[in-house]
Amino acid sequence: MNPFSSSTRLRDMIRSIRACKTAAEERGVVRKECADIRASINENDPHDRHRNLAKLMFIHMLGYPTHFGQMECLKLIASPGFPEKRIGYLGLMLLLDERQEVLMLVTNSLKQDLNHTNQYVVGLALCALGNICSAEMARDLAPEVERLIQFRDPNIRKKAALCSTRIVRKVPDLAENFINAASSLLKEKHHGVLITGVQLCYELCTINDEALEFFRKKCTEGLIKTLRDITNSAYQPEYDVAGITDPFLHIRLLKVLRVLGHGDANASDLMTDILAQVATKTESNKNAGNAILYECVETIMAIEDTSSLRVLAINILGRFLSNRDNNIRYVALNMLMKAIAFDDQAVQRHRVTILECVKDPDASIRKRALELVSLLVNENNVKQLTKELIDYLEISDEDFKEDLSAKICSIVEKFSPEKIWYIDQMLKVLSEAGKFVKDDVWHALIVVISNASELHGYTVRALYKAVLTYSEQETLVRVAIWCIGEYGDLLVNNVGMLGIEDPITVTECDAVDVVEDAITRHNSDMTTKAMALVALLKLSSRFPSISERIKDVILKQKGSLLLEMQQRAIEFNSIVERHKNIRSSLVERMPVLDEATFNVRRAGSLPASVSTMAKPSVSIPNGVSAAPLVDLLDLGSDDILAAPSSSSGADFLQDLLSVDLGSSSAQSGATPAPKAGTDLLLDILSIGTPSPAQNSTSAIDLLSTADMNNNSSTALDALSSSAPPHIATTASAGGMFDLLDGLSPSPSKEATNGPAYPPIVAYESSSLKIEFTFSKPSGNPQTTNVEATFINLSPDTFTDFVFQAAVPKFLQLHLDPASSNTLPASGGKVTQNLRVTNSQHGKKSLVMRMRIGYKVNGKDVLEEGQINNFPRGL
Amino acid sequence: MSFDPMDRLMSLCVPSLNLRMHRSLIDSLEIQSCYLLSEHSCLASGFGSIHFVLLVSRQGKVRLTKWYSPYTQKERSKVIRELSGVILNRGPKLCNFVEWRGYKVVYKRYASLYFCMCIDAEDNELEVLEIIHHYVEILDRYFGSVCELDLIFNFHKAYYILDELLIAGEIQESSKKTVARIISAQDEMVEAAKEEAGSISYIIAQAS
Repeated sequence: MNPFSSSTRLRDMIRSIRACKTAAEERGVVRKECADIRASINENDPHDRHRNLAKLMFIHMLGYPTHFGQMECLKLIASPGFPEKRIGYLGLMLLLDERQEVLMLVTNSLKQDLNHTNQYVVGLALCALGNICSAEMARDLAPEVERLIQFRDPNIRKKAALCSTRIVRKVPDLAENFINAASSLLKEKHHGVLITGVQLCYELCTINDEALEFFRKKCTEGLIKTLRDITNSAYQPEYDVAGITDPFLHIRLLKVLRVLGHGDANASDLMTDILAQVATKTESNKNAGNAILYECVETIMAIEDTSSLRVLAINILGRFLSNRDNNIRYVALNMLMKAIAFDDQAVQRHRVTILECVKDPDASIRKRALELVSLLVNENNVKQLTKELIDYLEISDEDFKEDLSAKICSIVEKFSPEKIWYIDQMLKVLSEAGKFVKDDVWHALIVVISNASELHGYTVRALYKAVLTYSEQETLVRVAIWCIGEYGDLLVNNVGMLGIEDPITVTECDAVDVVEDAITRHNSDMTTKAMALVALLKLSSRFPSISERIKDVILKQKGSLLLEMQQRAIEFNSIVERHKNIRSSLVERMPVLDEATFNVRRAGSLPASVSTMAKPSVSIPNGVSAAPLVDLLDLGSDDILAAPSSSSGADFLQDLLSVDLGSSSAQSGATPAPKAGTDLLLDILSIGTPSPAQNSTSAIDLLSTADMNNNSSTALDALSSSAPPHIATTASAGGMFDLLDGLSPSPSKEATNGPAYPPIVAYESSSLKIEFTFSKPSGNPQTTNVEATFINLSPDTFTDFVFQAAVPKFLQLHLDPASSNTLPASGGKVTQNLRVTNSQHGKKSLVMRMRIGYKVNGKDVLEEGQINNFPRGL
Repeated sequence: MSFDPMDRLMSLCVPSLNLRMHRSLIDSLEIQSCYLLSEHSCLASGFGSIHFVLLVSRQGKVRLTKWYSPYTQKERSKVIRELSGVILNRGPKLCNFVEWRGYKVVYKRYASLYFCMCIDAEDNELEVLEIIHHYVEILDRYFGSVCELDLIFNFHKAYYILDELLIAGEIQESSKKTVARIISAQDEMVEAAKEEAGSISYIIAQAS
């Protein structure tokens, strides 16, 4: 336009950008252009403004920042000419969004343009307002828009109607103002106005109950008539799509009838005929026709019961489902999910077809079909459906196996008619897709196996066979080695054969081979290796004849790079080698795991920082049943008192090897050990990453110090405030300690006499007090163990108590589960252990920010605070 | 099969694409669409309308974006990146819907360009396919056998047409003729203003 302008034309800029061979080159061109545009903006020359903005829009589309051009949009909008306004509004919609403050500046220009004499300028303003207006602008400009709905030109009326839909979405309070205007639009003949009018009416009905009542009373019949007219209308080339007159209008009318008919039998009654007509007469060989049928089925399913119509709808969906077009099948699967709600039987008839869709090459269809299948499962068809799905699991794409196996597992768990079937199906899933299975699924399997005592032999043999073939499926291997460890003797001796089984010959060596294989395979992860190590220990007692070989395998782990593995290997070796007399009772079979407790815990699937745990020190008759999965390998037996060891459920490996001291103490002729002994031993033998705070260190200290009594109480106090203060020194405890005596590192006195830090009150509000007490594990000055005690000062009980803490980067924080998530009223306490590692020990002191959430009388309470008063030197 | 930006969007012939011969005009175009669904969504709450429109070339270049729900610039580029990754990688015979972040994206391919629209999970996907096709037909009439290059150099025109078709994510006009008429009326106004400006600067130039 301006021949003297120094800048390039838009077309030239696009060309030079397109000519760029590399991204760097493109960036260079864009940078240069942007610099020119900025310079030109600074000169404030109105001639180039138009072109600059066009260029900026192109640059914006390429993903470069263009915020500096926002004000140019406003200037263009404010200029008088139509071309400037047109590009200005386009830029406004493209470069800005409703959350930007700049947008507020345009309200005034918009108001002027809405009152402009040129209808196209009014159209531009309405379009911009409809696309990006914020709630504030909607309030400011609603009267203008409302007036424009009655404008003489239909082009403006339709834009005003859609603009109004945005306004009432943003500010639902304004809905009432638009009811009358909207109803006047419904009588229009102009399709554009009619479509937008119906849309506005739909919007108002979904937002405002009064509007719904109004339109239901006044407009239902009119809308039905409009739909009838349009359905029966002769060929109109202007609106024809594949032989159908204006499918867009059809769809909108069906949509609004849906809200009018929903929950109102009279209105539903009125529309029955026309819906039946649409459902039967619409051509279904074109997409446009199918789009209308889709909408019609939706409406039929939403309005009040007219069963004959529903039969029609289900039939349409059946036809959709057998369509060869993937789009139509996808849509059918989606809609059948809704149809299940009122006609399960009809959907069940299509089960075979739906199952075929699960195997479709198209991921979108597979996903829908799988969702649908899982809704179709019931007690009667579960076996058949599961078989189909598992068969498909073998050949499905790798990336679909995760979804598929998760669904199969949930179906099997939910509808399993008997245990043996459940175990069989789970073994199949684990064999095919074991690496995709989530932890809670195989944990659950172990709980079920443990409970099915008559199937132990069968299961361990089946697992043995499976693991030989599918040794790469991690979770299968885990379950297999757990079972072999527990029931290895049943495997070798073919105990408990079921009629359906073929006898197999497995030698003791074969069984150990499987476990050895798992522990030596380089891609086994820590959990698997740890489980294998425990299994070996157990087998050493089950198969005394080859315990030398087992010992060798265990010893190899002394060289493991994982500290835990190393340490356990040494300890287990010592058990195998030097303590034959107590070994068999030490590694007795696990007691039955309690399903009910496991299920509760699984359902809760609490975050790691919250927990339902640690019962008070009162001994519970069977510790195991209180904390089933957690103490997966706990050897406690029913006749001996044992409290649950620290049981968080956060990670069952934590207590993988907790050993009930009771059995050994009985053997060594002493009185049953107090529960404290259990905790101690638990610590000594525990394997696993997230073990309780002091776990390994304190346990080792204990072993190495002479004064057993003092030490054990110290460690226990640190471990759990609920432990009884009086810890009996029993012969058995002593016995267990010297079990491992030779192995402990050099004695360290610090555990008992380390520098003392005064406890602090970390936080106090009117309802809650938090106290911290500190201890340092020996040999690691960077780490501080903090025991937090939460005290309820209010007269109400706190439930769902969660403590969260955050620390700066130089600190590392580990939260153990709290002792409970409920704080009884007036002085009730909960404790929680924290472990803080200060990487800047000696330079910076601890600091922590925390948030506490709980419920009082059903109300959520959130308290936050920062803790700065940590003692120095932590 | 490679597509050039010069290819006419509406002209994909049936045989070359190995599609069944008896398909209609709409079906004869190579079509793929996607639904996208998500768990944690940065998208605005849905009102049953189109949340955004996206035109992406086969090479992943953005040719047009229109946002009807509020997104920050950051979210916008993230959405574009994610979606073009999903959609461009889908095979040719799959359905035209992709589930993404709890939404559905309906897409359809015309020659070298993918037209994508994002809607709520419960909306009518088939209708959106019609809207896309409606838009392409209007573009085709306006440019006369539209191709990607037309939309690159005249991107603003593509936006003007879209603005006559959709407002607030809802369709405003079902007649292609009406849209064409309104657009050409506005184009004429721009031309008239240009001429006027031209003649004025000519007079000024003469006078000085």
